Amino acid sequence: MSMNNVFHIAASALTAQSMRLNAVASNLANAESAHASTGEGYKAKQVMFQAVAMDRAEPWAQGVRMTEVVEDPRPDRLVYDPKHPLADAKGYVAYPNVDAVEEMVNMISASRSYQTNAEVMATAKDLMSRTLALLQS
Amino acid sequence: MLSKIDHEFAFIQTAMSLRARRQEILASNLANSDTPNYKARDLDFASALRSAVGASGGTLALATTSAGHIGGMGAGGAAGAAGVKYRSVVQPSLDGNTVDPDVERGHFADNAMQYQFLLERMRGSVEKMKMALSEVR
Repeated sequence: MSMNNVFHIAASALTAQSMRLNAVASNLANAESAHASTGEGYKAKQVMFQAVAMDRAEPWAQGVRMTEVVEDPRPDRLVYDPKHPLADAKGYVAYPNVDAVEEMVNMISASRSYQTNAEVMATAKDLMSRTLALLQS
Repeated sequence: MLSKIDHEFAFIQTAMSLRARRQEILASNLANSDTPNYKARDLDFASALRSAVGASGGTLALATTSAGHIGGMGAGGAAGAAGVKYRSVVQPSLDGNTVDPDVERGHFADNAMQYQFLLERMRGSVEKMKMALSEVR
């Protein structure tokens, strides 16, 4: 049943995009989690997507899957704040390498993609129910 | 007699299954709009329908997935990934993704309408059939 795959494809995209939104939320929530400049603190997280065939018999039907969560390799943001309890000898405190602007852009992109796929699902549902109602009445 | 009834539906059924497949491919494109290196694809509907309907018109060629299979004419689903092609792209992303969500959404809506049109035609055929089968009053 071809149209059923549309549901699976859209569902896989909804899952992937919500994971991306989760990563954005986690990054933004921890943007101000300070840590000592010598220690390990929070690192910005990004999700990686990969296309995956939903049905071996139908290779053209490709959903999306989150393969891994990677940590941003960029250095931490150092802020000069000698009063801070976590400040090092030179008076610097490390904040996570979260770029708020980047995260906002990511969030908008993820929510748009989520909306699109939710609409795809609604359209598929509509077509499906019309097909089922074909021989009624 | 029954073969005549089947004949009536065969063409619309073929066209509908191809429309459903195209819907699937377009859903894949939308699902993978953020997947690196994903290439947008589409179904060349006209040529796919032509190859599915075959020269005799109305009947379908059987899918031969093994060397031992006998090619024949039947009324099954359209075979193989015939007609699935990569979309030529205007603005590819830096990550190698060639999906333009707006273009895909447009095609998706168009394809959904075409599917509904076929549904209406099918409904018309069913009504005609019912009229012919009902008692004369």
